[in-house]
Formats: sequence, structure tokens, C-alpha cells
Amino acid sequence: MTVTLGWYMVLAAVLFSMGAGGVLIRRNALVMFMSVELMLNSVNLTFIAAGNELGLVEGQVAALFIMVVAAAEVTIGLAILVAVFRRRATANVDVLSELKG
Amino acid sequence: MIEVIVFVVFALVALAGAVVMITAKNPVYSAMGLLATMFAMAIFYVMLDAHFVAAVQIIVYAGAVMTLFLFVIMMIGVDKQEDTAETIPFQRGITFVVALGLAVVIILAGRQAWVTGSGMFGTPDLVGTIETVADSLFGNWTLAFLSTVFLLTIAAVGTVALALFGPTAVRDVDGEEGT
Amino acid sequence: MIDYLWLLIALPLLGALTLILFGKRIGEPASGWLASALVVIPFLIAATLTVPFIAGAEPETVYLFSWIPVVGANASLLWDPLSALMTLVVTGVGALIHIYSVGYMHGDERYSLFFAYMNLFIASMLTLVLADNFALMFVGWELVGLSSYLLISFWFVKPSAAAAGKKAFIVNRIGDWGFLIALMMIFAAFGTLDFGIVFAEAHSVLSVGLATAITLMLFLGATGKSAQLPLYMWLPDAMEGPTPVSALIHAATMVTAGVYMIARTAALFELAPISLAVVATVGALTALFAATIAVGQRDIKRVLAYSTISQLGYMVMAVGLTAFTAGIFHLTTHAFFKALLFLGAGSVIHAMSNEQDMWKMGGLRKYMPITFATMAIGWLAISGLFPLSGFWSKDEILAAAFAKGGFFTILWVIGVVTAMITAFYMTRLIILTFFGDKRWDEGAHPHESPFTMTIPLIILAVFSAVAGLWNTPVRLGLEHFLEPTFGSIHQVHPAGGLTVWALALISLAVIVIGILVAYGRYGRGDLPTEEGGYWAAALNGYGVDDFYGRVIVAPGKAIATWTAMVFDTKVVDGIVNGLAFGVRAFGSSMRVLQTGWVRSYGAAIVAGSLGVILWLLLQGGAF
Repeated sequence: MTVTLGWYMVLAAVLFSMGAGGVLIRRNALVMFMSVELMLNSVNLTFIAAGNELGLVEGQVAALFIMVVAAAEVTIGLAILVAVFRRRATANVDVLSELKG
Repeated sequence: MIEVIVFVVFALVALAGAVVMITAKNPVYSAMGLLATMFAMAIFYVMLDAHFVAAVQIIVYAGAVMTLFLFVIMMIGVDKQEDTAETIPFQRGITFVVALGLAVVIILAGRQAWVTGSGMFGTPDLVGTIETVADSLFGNWTLAFLSTVFLLTIAAVGTVALALFGPTAVRDVDGEEGT
Repeated sequence: MIDYLWLLIALPLLGALTLILFGKRIGEPASGWLASALVVIPFLIAATLTVPFIAGAEPETVYLFSWIPVVGANASLLWDPLSALMTLVVTGVGALIHIYSVGYMHGDERYSLFFAYMNLFIASMLTLVLADNFALMFVGWELVGLSSYLLISFWFVKPSAAAAGKKAFIVNRIGDWGFLIALMMIFAAFGTLDFGIVFAEAHSVLSVGLATAITLMLFLGATGKSAQLPLYMWLPDAMEGPTPVSALIHAATMVTAGVYMIARTAALFELAPISLAVVATVGALTALFAATIAVGQRDIKRVLAYSTISQLGYMVMAVGLTAFTAGIFHLTTHAFFKALLFLGAGSVIHAMSNEQDMWKMGGLRKYMPITFATMAIGWLAISGLFPLSGFWSKDEILAAAFAKGGFFTILWVIGVVTAMITAFYMTRLIILTFFGDKRWDEGAHPHESPFTMTIPLIILAVFSAVAGLWNTPVRLGLEHFLEPTFGSIHQVHPAGGLTVWALALISLAVIVIGILVAYGRYGRGDLPTEEGGYWAAALNGYGVDDFYGRVIVAPGKAIATWTAMVFDTKVVDGIVNGLAFGVRAFGSSMRVLQTGWVRSYGAAIVAGSLGVILWLLLQGGAF
């Protein structure tokens, strides 16, 4: 028995779904961001696994780009979070519901 | 065989980290869980011969990004137990259904599209050293690479702007002066 | 030289634009002189360009630029003897009226704007006259309507002036509708609106029925502009404008448009005998009808207004008799003596501090000798006394009616009777104004007008006296001049020999009778009271305005009111409000989705992507 591509893919799918669930059930904006990071990481895993399977270095390059985007997203997201916190003294996204119809 | 053992162990570590992350009441524990998952990811990358990306994963993600998370947690002082009771009706149920459905359809889709047979394209025994990655990154993908430069610059500027022109300049929705 | 033809239209238009934009800065009287110069120069150009026609040159078409080539309508100008004559009348008489206005409008608040509108009027009329296709002619036609509206309601702070402007505009629109229908029929029949093609192919393309339909619609347009029955009633009200405007509209420009248009489309009218009979009859009836009203008027300008309608009736009768040359001839002489009479009346009104009631004048000849002398010439000319211009042109029309014989002999009788009535009411006007006792109100100080007003009067008087000599039975100068235009048209010609002189003698006799009767009634001591019965009816214009008001305007207003108050509020607003209400209700029902919670939106996104993946899998045959 060897580790095939399918193993990695199933693992990545489960991790992705858990990340999505985390985004939906957690109210703390910080933890929501972490969940998003988890989703991005699971996607990275699929890229690298598939790249290894096909013998293409592009999988790893794509993973690197995703990391860069994730880094940018985290800096901006955390900056927004800090700005919100300075105004509302909370990291609870449910409080930020002024756009309720 | 040893490969399978390593995979299973670290897959369990990754899943456990993810579970901890989304269930822990204290955000610091969540951060720790995510850290564990990321280390496990780095192990998988090594197993997949992506040595450079694995190194970057450790240094950038587990190092810099997670440190940033922890720093913010400490700075705004939410490192304490929080109330986890759900306030939005049906949110937990909906989340459970859609997350499970998502996992199922992704696996189903994967079964349709996964390719098998190594080395159909490119080099069969590819090893992601700095040299090979750099060849591709600064060869075919130069333009994309340069785009990330702009992206990061914009992100940096945006962060500075958010920090500089904070709530002092803006009024609250209720008309109160920001703090 | 012919290449500069476009300047005829461009210069007055330039003047209008300049005076609208910078009039206030140019000020008084410079803006008046500028406007006058920009009409005098086109007159000189036109005069220069007319010279070749006397030597027998061929008509020319000057292509300016492509406009709507698909309907044969380009901005190109037709320069033939007819348009040349009309241009000379428009610019010549127009220029004199401009110069007169320099003095007359002295002290008006919107002095320069008045001249801007006057220049616009001249430019519009020249566009109408010089057009070489129906589309461009229609542009000029409409612009004339616009400028007349602007000028009649120039003193729009007076409600009556504003109403008169609206009336002129709306009544003209009815005529314009007919003209437009005629253009559509012409385009449908010929596939082009170009004069040259339409007139050349008319006899081969048009059946008698179609020609009758087209020409009747054209004539409806002409009745609007040329104030014929039943669309004449805007013209007396147009007296609300400043007097030079009345002179310009009634003598040189607007009202001649209808006659000109019929003469221009002579090739079409020639094919429709019924239309011609209708035109002639309407013209004769209008002449008589308006003359009888003119007798009863007390306002000096309204007398002249009804006399204009009456004289226009003569012209329309002439073109209806296919005596196109005679119609144009009368148009020309009428332009001179009617402009003269109006400007003279303006001079009198000016002197009497805006008093227009003739019963409050009298004895003015000692105070205003030049005005009196020139108006006397106009009086005799319009009455048709030998050898002044009106005699020649009016008698040519009457002779044509007599020569045509049959049914048209009745028209000749009507014309002769009208001539007598004309002599009567014009004599009445002159006697009441210039002779007899002073019946002025307190504080009136009549005085002769300044030279800018009297010089045009003198020039017009000279032309009123001699213009008739151009086309006498002895020497048909105008007929020869217009040969290139009407050469292919079969015109009716007065009988030769002694008949024409016998007819002239009859006319002269009735005219003298008319003058003598008027002298006997008004010229000797006490004036008759003229109240009740016929006089009240005539003063009121036989109540035609009231009739139209009850029969047409009132139902129209009722429909409009119903539409505004009931249809609009209930149906139109109902649809709009219902739509708004529906959208609002739908929006309210959708509000619940907008929870404001980011995580709800996130759940929706994940559920949506789940759905998309499922759909793709189904499409790909995963199950």
C-alpha cells in the first residue's frame, strides 16, 4: 500500500470543508481568518500533490503565489480588524450588522 | 510502508489541529491548532518532493503569519474565553450540511478528474529544489511574480493607510466620536 | 457672384445670433443699425444677382452642402426670377422696416433683442423663398412661424400679446400639418422632394386625384400662413406686436409665404382643376369677408389687418385662377403699399402716444404732413386708383377672373364689390385719422416722426406709386421677367383689346363710388355713431373667434382637462404608482434575506458554490 494522489486529495477536501465550516460558525474575526488560511493551505496541498503526480513544477509555483496572496490578505484583514476594534472594542463580526435590511 | 505511516500520522495531526482551531473557545488555542496543521502540511510537502515550498511554509506561515496572528490576538486582548452559543438561527445546522456537502462533492469531482500515472507531463522525478522552482518562477512566470510585487506593495500601503487614518477621522454610525 | 448667394441667409442669421448674444453690449441704437445693415447688404447682393435675369439669364441652383440626400433634400438654393423677386421684396421692404424700427423702438427695454428677432425673421423667410426642395422650404416655413411667434408676443408682459403669439403659432400649426401631409404624399409619389424633379415629372407621375389631394393639402398650409378662410383669425390678433412687426409680417414676409408656395408649386396645381377652383373661391370669399369686417373696425391697425387678409384673398384668387404672374405682381405692390400703410399707422400711433382708436384721432394732417402725404399715396394705391400700383395689379387679377369666364365670373363680381368696399374703408380710415375735428384725449401732443421713420415712408410711397408700371397691359415687364419660372405653366391671360380697359373703367367707377360714399358719410361735419347691428358684429369680427372658441377650443380644452385630471392621475399615475408599489412590496419581502450578518452571507456563498459544483457534476455525468 502506497500513498497515492487520492489520499492527499481526500485529506485536502476534508480540510477545506472544515475551514469553510470554521468561517461560518465562528464569530471571532481572528478565528475566521485562521479558517480562511486553513482553506488556502488545503488548496496548496492539492496543487503540490497534483504537481508531483504530473511532474510539473508549476504546482509548487502556484502554491508560492497563493502564499503571497494569503500573506497580503492577512495583513489587510488584520489591519481592518484592528481598525474595527479601535472603534467598537470587539472582534465579534455579528455586532457589525448595520447593513441589515 | 513507512510512507503510509508518516502520512496517516500527520494527516491525523492536521485534522486534529483543524478541529482544535474551529472549536477552541480561546483564540490562542485556535492559533496553536492551525500551527499544528501547518507543520503537518510542511511534512506533506517534503513527502511530495517540494522541499523549497516546505521551507517557505515553515518560515512564512508557521513563522511570520502565525506570529502576526498571535500578536494581534494579544494586542486587542481577546485572549480569553468567549461565548460560543450560536445567535444566528439554523447557522450551525446549515454550516454542517453545506460543509459536509462540500467535502462530498469535491471528492466526487476529484474522482472524475484526478489524473493517475506519474509523469504524464514534464519530468517524472521532479524535486522542488530552489533551483527548479526559481527556474520556473523567474522564467515562465516572471510577469505573475512581478504582479505579486505590486500586490504586496498595495497591501503594505493599505495597511499603513488603515492604521493612519483610523477612527479619529471618521464618525461612528451613532454619531459618537471614535476612540 | 452667384456663389455668394448663401450670404443672403447667412448675414441676417449672423445678425440674429450676434444680437442675441451680445445685443446688450452693442446697445441702442447701434444694434438697430447693425441689424438694418445686415438686411441692406443682402438686398444689394440680391439686386446685383437679379440683373442677369433682366438680360434673360437661366435660373441657377447653388449647392451648399449635403443634408438629407436620400429624400432629395440638400441645402441648396434656387435662384430664379421668382425667388429673386421675392428676395428683393423681403429684403427691400424688410430693410426699410428695420430702419424705421431704429426710431420706432427707441427706448424699448429689449431693443437689441427685437432686432435679433427681426433678423431671424428675414433669414427664415429667405430660407423659405430660396429653398430648392420642399424639405428646406419646410424648415424656412417653420422658422417663419417661430419668428412670428417671438415677434407678435414680443411685449409678452401684456397677456393679450402673449395670447396673440400663441394663437398665431397654433393656427399656423394647423396649416403646417397640411403642408407636412402634402410633403409626405409628394415623397411617396415621386421618391424625392427636389423641386426640379417633382415639377418636371409631375404631369407623368400624378393622377388627377392624387394631384388634387396633394394640392389641397398644400393649400391648407397656405391658408394658415397667408391667413385665408378658415385659418385667418390669427392675423388681426397679431396686431399685438410692435407696429413694425405688423408691417413685416403683413407686407413683406410671412403672409406672402402661402401665395409664394402656391406659385412655386404651380406645376402641381396646374394638374388639379378642382383644387384651383377651391383656391380661387376661398380667395375671393376671404377678400369679401375680410373687407366687410374691416369696415366696422375702430382700431387703425385692425382695419389694416383685415385689409391685409382681404388683399391676400385677391392674391390667392389670382393663383387659383392660374394667373400666377398677377398674384405675384399683386404680392409685390401690396408689399409696398401695405408696409407703407402700416408704418404710417405706426407713425400716427407713435405720435398719439400709443392711441390706436381712430375715433380719438382726427385732424392730424397738419401735425404730421409727411406721414399724411405718404399714407395718402398708400390709401389711393390700395384702393386701386389710376395710375398707382394697386390699380394695375388688382385689375390684372380681376381681368383674369373675367377672362376665365363661366363660374369665375362670379368671382369677378365678388372682386369688384370687394374693391368698392376696400375703397370705402380705406377712405374712412384716412378721413377719421387725418381730417375733421380733433378728438384727442387730454395730453396728446402729436408731432412728426424722426427722419429714420419718415424716410422709409417716403421711399415706400414712391414705390407704391410707380411699382405698378412694371406690368401694364401695354408692357408686360413682370410677365416677361418671370418667364423662366412660369414659362412652362399655362397661365390665364386677360382678354386683349378694349375689354381690359373696359373692365378697368368699371373698377375705377366702383372705387370712386366707394370713396365718395365714405366721404359723404365721414367727411362732412358730424360723424355717424356706428353702434349696434352690423357695426357691432363687424367690430367683433362676426364672432368667428367666439365660434371657434366654442366649437374647437372648448372641446379641446375639455379633452385636455379630462386627460390631465382623470386619465393622467388615474391611469398613467396608477400604472407608475402600481409599479412602484409592486417593487416596494417585493423589496420588503426580500428584506429578510439582508440580515446584516456576514456569516449568513458566507453560508449563502458556500451553499451557492455547492450548487454550482453539483450542477457541473450532473452535467459531467458523475452520477
